[in-house]
Amino acid sequence: MSDVKLLKGNEVIAEAAIRCGCDGYFGYPITPQSEVMETLMERAPWNTTGMVVLQAESEVAAINMVYGGACCGKKVMTSSSSPGVSLKQEGISYLCGAELPCLIVNVQRGGPGLGTIQPSQADYFQTVKGGGHGDYKLIVLAPNSVQEMNDFVDLGFELSFKYRVPAMILSDGMIGQMMEKVTLSPKKPRRTEEEIIKEDGDWATTGKTADREQNVITSLALKAEEQEATNLRLQAKYKEIQENEVRYETYKADDAEYLLVAFGSCSRICSKTVDTAREDGIKLGMIRPITLFPFPTKQIKEFAKQVKGFMTVEMNAGQMVEDVRLAVNGEKPVEFYGRFGGIIPSPEEIRVALEKQLFNK
Amino acid sequence: MNEEIIIAGFGGQGVLSLGKIIAYSGIMEGKEVSWMPSYGPEMRGGTCNVTVIISDNKISSPVVQRVDTAVVLNQQALDKFEEEVKEGGTLIYDPNGITRHPERKDINIYKVDAARLAVELGNPKIYNMIIMGAILKARPILNDENVELGLKKSLPERHHKLIPLNMEAVKSGSKGVEQVHSI
Repeated sequence: MSDVKLLKGNEVIAEAAIRCGCDGYFGYPITPQSEVMETLMERAPWNTTGMVVLQAESEVAAINMVYGGACCGKKVMTSSSSPGVSLKQEGISYLCGAELPCLIVNVQRGGPGLGTIQPSQADYFQTVKGGGHGDYKLIVLAPNSVQEMNDFVDLGFELSFKYRVPAMILSDGMIGQMMEKVTLSPKKPRRTEEEIIKEDGDWATTGKTADREQNVITSLALKAEEQEATNLRLQAKYKEIQENEVRYETYKADDAEYLLVAFGSCSRICSKTVDTAREDGIKLGMIRPITLFPFPTKQIKEFAKQVKGFMTVEMNAGQMVEDVRLAVNGEKPVEFYGRFGGIIPSPEEIRVALEKQLFNK
Repeated sequence: MNEEIIIAGFGGQGVLSLGKIIAYSGIMEGKEVSWMPSYGPEMRGGTCNVTVIISDNKISSPVVQRVDTAVVLNQQALDKFEEEVKEGGTLIYDPNGITRHPERKDINIYKVDAARLAVELGNPKIYNMIIMGAILKARPILNDENVELGLKKSLPERHHKLIPLNMEAVKSGSKGVEQVHSI
């Protein structure tokens, strides 16, 4: 029990970063994620692991510092909340174009614009469909507990380095601000220069020796043919990721007649709706996409054979529902219920929406 | 066991840290816990609240519409959360500054004059632990040993010398709480 702690989701991101051997964090404060950098500053990992923690002059500077660190093969990250992540989009597109690994955390708040500081999931489109320019994808992990905030830092870096595609943890103010029991990961040392050269020396700028060609990292190609080749390589990677890295969870779905689809904090609320519906003898279940890209399209399609209908619940005006509808492809009705601007739906109102939109049809 | 508690009052009364101590005490009992604050643009003197859930099972939603126990420490909190207590649930309030007292007849109501008790103990900062004592008396869901362990876990070591004073405050709250309506 000694390792079980009670921490906020944001604090856990910081603890997990230090423990997984992160080399550098670059950020700029914004509610509701400021505790990430606050915790890092308090822990002062530059005295222990040697990890750099730097408050940049802006979100734009922070993401470009991430670009620089990533070029050297370092494990680097940034975090922000919705308006700040919008500012990072150019940098994210460059990171994707240059095929650099890194971790970005978005603790979403209500938008558009400066919006509110309360939780929201309205950055789904921005995150999954590409908020910056060009054909790119991020590996997107959507935690629904403080424990997963811990687990996904390490997982995010692992997947990001495996494919050299930036990873994003798409969280929100609820998971960031709430405290739950958490078991922190065991400590891993940071990689030495030798290890970086050995594992990533074929692309990273670190470790140029007299007999090795220089590695040049850029997202610029003056010839269209070169740029098309880059795009084809990226698309091949995304296909591989779609085939191998889908993660999802089901809840009481085995015999379900109706299925809720929800990610992140909404899935927590929905699981309570499932429990109360089951008490009333209604066969309701849930599927929770854990990776939003790659999306569990096949798995949802499979459920279309079993259930009478779906309802997607999101803290936005209906974003993931489009991907659910693509998966179901008209075979069964896919309804939507959402609240926005920082309002968290209650399990009871989801039940009411189910009665009105799905059960009575 | 699944106890959903909301604690609401002014910023600076120790609402959030009381919630944290309850949650840590729950962990010491081997329970599942969640702690979900209201985090609007709050400041000292503004209103604030925290929802704490202690359960034998994995906690689904950390946000709830109706609670088993509401602990309300000012008039606004009382006005807002009295109606959110489930039928048969518990309401604990501090009458200090209250002009409209709780009216519901289908819940158990307790009052604790915690501000006065804190002054009697010579330290207004232990106000929230007096409330803790009142909660434990009204809803004995945690035992005192685990509360002490929870305190130890949630306080930085440099403040551990204050634990005896805090436990004294818990006792004072348990003794001073008075049931004003029972169902």
